[in-house]
Amino acid sequence: MDAFYIIATGSFVAIACGLLGCFLILRKMAMVGDAISHAVLPGIVLAFLLSGSRDSVTMLIGAGLIGVLTTFLIEFFHKKGNLQSDAAIGVTFTWLFALGVILISVYAGEVDLDQDCVLHGEIAYVPLDLWIGADGIIYGPRPLYVAAAVLVVMLLFVVLGYKELYLTTFDPAFASAIGISTAVWHYLLMSAVSITTVASFESVGAILVVSLLIAPPATAYLLTENLKVMMLITALLGILVSVTGYYLAVALDGSIAGAMSTMAGVFFALAFVFSPSGGLLSRVFKSNHPLPTKQ
Amino acid sequence: MEDLIAFFSFQDPNVRYVAAGSVLLAISSALVGCFTFLKKKALVGDAVSHAVLPGVCLAFLISGTKNPLYLIIGAFITGWLSLILIDFITRMSKIKEDTSIGLILSVFFGVGILLLTMIQHSGNAAQTGLDSFLFGKAAALVGQDLIVFSSISIVLVVAVLLFYKEFALISFDENFAKSIGFPVKRLELVLTTLTVLAVVTGIQAVGVVLMAAMLITPAAAARFWTDKLSTMLIIAATFGAISGISGAFISYTAPAMPTGPWIVLVVSMLALLSFFVAPGKGILYRLYRQYKIKSRILNENILKLFYQLSESDEDHQTARTVSELQAKRPIPLATLNKGLRILRFQGYLNNRDGRWSLTREGLIKGQRIVKLHRLWEVYLTQYLRIAPDHVHEDADNIEHILTPELESRLEALLDYPDSDPHSSTIPYDPNIK
Repeated sequence: MDAFYIIATGSFVAIACGLLGCFLILRKMAMVGDAISHAVLPGIVLAFLLSGSRDSVTMLIGAGLIGVLTTFLIEFFHKKGNLQSDAAIGVTFTWLFALGVILISVYAGEVDLDQDCVLHGEIAYVPLDLWIGADGIIYGPRPLYVAAAVLVVMLLFVVLGYKELYLTTFDPAFASAIGISTAVWHYLLMSAVSITTVASFESVGAILVVSLLIAPPATAYLLTENLKVMMLITALLGILVSVTGYYLAVALDGSIAGAMSTMAGVFFALAFVFSPSGGLLSRVFKSNHPLPTKQ
Repeated sequence: MEDLIAFFSFQDPNVRYVAAGSVLLAISSALVGCFTFLKKKALVGDAVSHAVLPGVCLAFLISGTKNPLYLIIGAFITGWLSLILIDFITRMSKIKEDTSIGLILSVFFGVGILLLTMIQHSGNAAQTGLDSFLFGKAAALVGQDLIVFSSISIVLVVAVLLFYKEFALISFDENFAKSIGFPVKRLELVLTTLTVLAVVTGIQAVGVVLMAAMLITPAAAARFWTDKLSTMLIIAATFGAISGISGAFISYTAPAMPTGPWIVLVVSMLALLSFFVAPGKGILYRLYRQYKIKSRILNENILKLFYQLSESDEDHQTARTVSELQAKRPIPLATLNKGLRILRFQGYLNNRDGRWSLTREGLIKGQRIVKLHRLWEVYLTQYLRIAPDHVHEDADNIEHILTPELESRLEALLDYPDSDPHSSTIPYDPNIK
């Protein structure tokens, strides 16, 4: 049963991250996702201090705000400061992350967080963190419910906002011509990434959120040109990564999140080499054995 | 205060180690970072710093010791591999560079975490402290580490100085470097190697995530102060050194404080300060300059307005009300009033009983603007063959930026024309009364 809880939580997180990640990598914002997942750290610490608990809605809102602030700062330094965009990303998130680590050191006694859990998370503890109702009934692991709730919200966001997200990603000029605000959807997507990141933090950790945001969508992108198909493949990969990652971790007696990330890399490598459209093998094959042209 | 003296007297050998180590690491990564910044590859530092983790773990698994030399070799190999892979994925597929950076950094780090937890669970007692690679332990730098790190740092600094000219060329104009037969590929390999070395050593002090900052932030800050590469390197190194010593000092006075994050926080504050206040490129400076230009244009437009009004009745002394001015050119009332007040303060306008008139200086200035406007209209119609009804807007913009030198060249070129394409007289006489 524990294995099921862990795999289910992992899959929910992976699908939610992957769906948002599709838009991130198509918008060339993969590293903004990376930046947000680090920059929300001070927001999490402050939310812990203010609300005194892990599972409050205020925490998600706070983190969402910090995430939006991060993207705003990146845009600000890039546009107003004329700083090249990669440097703007790098300067902004490292600064916020450093602040977060310092806050953790200062309030080490009061915050139930440590540096290790921030970076690699610990999904193995999912079955231990039970949600017990006021009447004493045990409803199952709490993180599973959090992950499921986030997945539902993100599914709704992607399904209801599909047209807007699609247009602002592929044809921002047309989108604004028909009255869809590129800025609004940019910040909505960034808030969604922040919320998903925070909700996934304790289970998979900062860096592994990044692999779930980037690796499955990048793999799917190698296999198709169609956004809907890409999102479907991403979701399936998310489940596959969770299942295989869990058993790899059990076999090697190591971190489940680390193993999930490793498997995400393995699937990418497979697609990179074997993808029928533009994979390494098909390229080599095509260039060495050109098809006979018709006379 | 006692702490300050105790720290900066460097009596305590431990203080010496930590301070010297932090400063050396910060300087060498700042120098290397300047070149990755200029090559627009700032985020590869982030990728490398994550990618060294599996290398460290593998080196430990293979060698069985925590000898920093082995760990550094392991870190170096996977760090280097990550950059090669990023380049390879970007070249061989439709994946964009930022996606491949994010992909490689997270997957390599995931593998590293997996290996690290395997080692920890194996119960090997020698492994304790291996995870200091994750967060850095600048405050725990000891003699042996310091010798290894400082030698690498010195190698880095010397290499940057040695290859200064070559790196400058490939950072600014790669195609030119190629065309004059520079071994660009090999030089880039050297730069990549130096970047990986800087990350591998720096990570000991500040940890994985913050290492990216040690490369990017000093360079980004320095770029705001100068356009000259040599100056940029010096400023970046100075910012690095200041943050290194501050971080060491803060964690000396408050031992619970982590050194690495404080180094990063200090250098980030220096960068934020630079972004805003640096002369020339700083955000505040640019806002100020924009404001100055806007208010100059407004003032010149108002003086032009006075001149045009008085041109028709040939009396430059007439005092005019605000509504008369607005009837000729609809400038918003608040803006107009502000402009009028500034112009009076500068001595270009007089104000008597709420009616405004030009002073002598104001008259000369207004006349010059009108002249420039009309000269430019003539130039556009004569030399660029633009229809007379299309030249006004352009002249409205250019009149504010024509210099006296251009003015006299225009006059000579057009042979002092009497009237503009709309048959308005072009005024020359600066001695009008």
